[in-house]
Amino acid sequence: MSVENGIGASVRRKEDQRFITGNGNYLDDMNRVGQAHGYFLRSPHAHAKIVSINLDAAKAAPGVVDIFLGADMAADGIGGLICGWSITSKDGTPHNAPPHNSMAIDAVRHVGDQVAFVIADTLQQAKDASELIDVDYSELPAVTNISKALAAGAPQIHEEAPGNQCYDWELGDKAAVDAAFANAHSISKIDLINNRVAPNPMEPRAALAEFDMGTDELTLYTTSQNPHVARLIMSAFLAIAPENKLRVVAPDVGGGFGSKIFVYAEETVTVWAARKINRPIKWTADRSEAFLTDAHGRDHASHGELALDADGHILGFKVSTKANMGAYLSTFASAVPTYLYGTLLNGQYKMPCIYVEVQAGFTNTTPVDAYRGAGRPEATYIVERIIETAARDLNMDPTEFRMKNFIQPDAYPYETPVIMTYDSGDYPANMNAAKAMIDYDGFPARKAQSEANGKIRGIGCAAYIEACGIAPSAAVGSLGAGVGLWESAEVRFNPTGSVTVFTGSHSHGQGHETTFAQIISDKLGVPIESVEVVHGDTDKVPFGMGTYGSRSLAVGGSAIVKAIDKIVEKSKKVAAHLMEAAVEDIEHEHGVFSVAGTDKSITMGEIAFAAYVPHNYPADLEPGMAENAFYDPLNFTFPAGTHIAEVEIDPNTGVVDVVDWAASDDFGNIINPMIVEGQVHGGIAQGIGQALLEGVVYDDTGQLITGSYMDYCMPRADDLPNFKVETTNTPCPSNPLGVKGCGEAGAIAAPAALMNAITNALGKDIDMPATPEKVWRAAQSN
Amino acid sequence: MQMSGEELISASRERVWEALNDPEILRQAIPGCESVEKTGDDSFAATVKVKIGPVKATFKGNVTLSNIDAPNGYTITGEGKGGAAGFGKGGADITLKDADNGTLLAYDVNASVGGKMAQIGSRLIDGTAKKLAGEFFTKFNELVSNAAAADGEAPVTAAPSEDQSEAPIIAEDETNEEAAKQEDAPSQGWMKPSILIPLGIVAALILYYLAG
Repeated sequence: MSVENGIGASVRRKEDQRFITGNGNYLDDMNRVGQAHGYFLRSPHAHAKIVSINLDAAKAAPGVVDIFLGADMAADGIGGLICGWSITSKDGTPHNAPPHNSMAIDAVRHVGDQVAFVIADTLQQAKDASELIDVDYSELPAVTNISKALAAGAPQIHEEAPGNQCYDWELGDKAAVDAAFANAHSISKIDLINNRVAPNPMEPRAALAEFDMGTDELTLYTTSQNPHVARLIMSAFLAIAPENKLRVVAPDVGGGFGSKIFVYAEETVTVWAARKINRPIKWTADRSEAFLTDAHGRDHASHGELALDADGHILGFKVSTKANMGAYLSTFASAVPTYLYGTLLNGQYKMPCIYVEVQAGFTNTTPVDAYRGAGRPEATYIVERIIETAARDLNMDPTEFRMKNFIQPDAYPYETPVIMTYDSGDYPANMNAAKAMIDYDGFPARKAQSEANGKIRGIGCAAYIEACGIAPSAAVGSLGAGVGLWESAEVRFNPTGSVTVFTGSHSHGQGHETTFAQIISDKLGVPIESVEVVHGDTDKVPFGMGTYGSRSLAVGGSAIVKAIDKIVEKSKKVAAHLMEAAVEDIEHEHGVFSVAGTDKSITMGEIAFAAYVPHNYPADLEPGMAENAFYDPLNFTFPAGTHIAEVEIDPNTGVVDVVDWAASDDFGNIINPMIVEGQVHGGIAQGIGQALLEGVVYDDTGQLITGSYMDYCMPRADDLPNFKVETTNTPCPSNPLGVKGCGEAGAIAAPAALMNAITNALGKDIDMPATPEKVWRAAQSN
Repeated sequence: MQMSGEELISASRERVWEALNDPEILRQAIPGCESVEKTGDDSFAATVKVKIGPVKATFKGNVTLSNIDAPNGYTITGEGKGGAAGFGKGGADITLKDADNGTLLAYDVNASVGGKMAQIGSRLIDGTAKKLAGEFFTKFNELVSNAAAADGEAPVTAAPSEDQSEAPIIAEDETNEEAAKQEDAPSQGWMKPSILIPLGIVAALILYYLAG
């Protein structure tokens, strides 16, 4: 028996009805009676001392309610923003996490740093008043490039971080790697830049805060991927309000890509100020502010070397990376270039030994943190670029070179030299599938045809692996994480048989209201339209760690399954009572409870009704039908796959045409294939954006010169081919749904696959983004 | 932003030097300039309205002169604050030399902008600077040569004209409109391509203080 709209069905997304009809509940559409508007005066300088700030004229301006400075927050005992993951350097010292005030107190350290919060009756009045604030800055030299920032003589950004260093971290067995390289037949090398990107969610960040004097409660509506974590940090570290007096609500959120995980200054200031003025305050970032303050992604400079034996087997891999943290340490910034990066450098390969060292440092730039993939795209990029380079060095077909070195399907669980235990997979199957999808063997003929047309054609692949399902709490705790990374859920039947599911995961576009409802529908036989998924409100959901790292289904979904298991267990007792049978004889399938060997059965709806109207009910059982569960994962999950990109380049213009794309991904079991395919499409588009078009650029003085869509190029539909997307399935053994996670895979695989294709066509290396100018120069110098 | 160039002004070196030190001539010549005040022997304050692409601002700037060598040249440094639009700052070395048909004004400018202007307007700054500089020199030359003619100096032959309309800027001042009109007039077409220097907003300020 199967269930309509159950697990495995491509159910159309329930939430899209309101999104596409303009009925979504986005933050800037929300308003409160008596609401004031906030506007931030920001630093125009990349690095400067604040000599003085004169607010007299601004405070006297029309409509101004109040103006606050960093010193006002400090005087109120409000702490600075924190980094939730402490990394230990090679020498055993903890990383340097300099003070990160929500508004600058003595100095500004990047263009856009908050200087003052102007609150007025209207937004325009607040903006006008901000023009009247006289800030006397004493400019200091600035540095934006991570290699320059870590070099001797660079401008010093924080007293607490000598040499601008955050940490100097290592992972792996250096001695073993040195020995492997000493015995190598050949060594392939690569230097590459993983370009800095701006996240650009469609909806900018926003906050609406209100204070209830009667109950002493603060409520913050905000664009967050994890409202409970925001509440925890604001309460425990910033002392905004006790957790029981602070409610954080994230309504419909229009995209995040990681950038809305973090606890930012603006939301913090807004909620604090709402109590100060005892009036609701709304702040919404404009697009310029989003470019300046949403945590950026990537920005690594890396060197890698791969040691090989005479047969083309990998002997060892070593990587040295410099990671740009920006001006301050963002909420999870320190973990991205370390435990989300170094631990994935094994790729899909049998690598006997690996050694990675990562030096992270501060610059006068916007803070950098997790961005779709967070560390795994950076790992995949260097692994798959050097694998491709090694194959070229050896004159081997890159796909054959990969097949030769792949971990084999019978080798699981597979322990890597960088502390991960891969649980399942079939990497050759993904490779073979992707090659078939793109007609890999037909490439030489297509290349010849392109040449005949004056074009150059290239093909390249990326066999990526990532770690999702973040994360086993004990494991991440031992590595420095400040939180546990479990998830919670409550499944609550209403007396009439409909269900409300409360999840600690948060949806900012992923379709949880559909996917999670499908799980309920499948397991408990409730029609999908009778299932309501509630998320994003700390007053409604027991607790939650939010959505990032492709964790919602693997961890949040598993918590729902555990709650369903409790519902079933209780329901069996009710069913046994109602059908006058022994509990052991009750069988359950898709919400129908039957007595084994008979035709007697009762439905979940009838049981729920009996639980709420317990006139005929087991004496030893509590009434009601609502169960909650917490799920702490046993392991990460390891989605993996192969993407192959094919490009055609016009050497006269340098324009790269992505002509074909094949993606074969192993996400384990799949709940909704349509949503999965959409996630893969979006991820690939974002990865192509990074590889071809996007790049944050600062000038020498630290000015952001790609601060609008005139200068920051996002991918559009006509930059993309029709993607060929298929999936394979080796179920994940560590969670009850057997799922692995699909939200980031495309963004992880795409940059490496595309750059391998472009460098294959050009016959030489170039760095991302492969803009027409760069490609043209490379093509002309051939 | 760095740029340098030479400009032929149709007046004597002494006359050009005088004009470069005349706040009223500068106020009229600088596109969008609203006021110029002398704040010290070698310093000035000025207010200039400018628009670069979508960024519109009123800049309040201070300029200081140094290495003054009358009537041969000086070094000018300054900065302007444009509120939410950001800031501009920079300096220029100015030298004057006698030439066949007047005075050759040579400049070497180093300027930068910050804040929203850099974030949104960076792509437009060079074009804006060209436009503003062109307008400045057109107007300045007109004012100086008119004055020179009134003083009985011989008029100087004009060089071919140059189209300066490519940059998307609008200086919000009447003098700008006048200057723009005059650009099209053959009698004002004395400028050479080298005139089209990328001075930008800051440069406009600086140029304005050229005379100091």
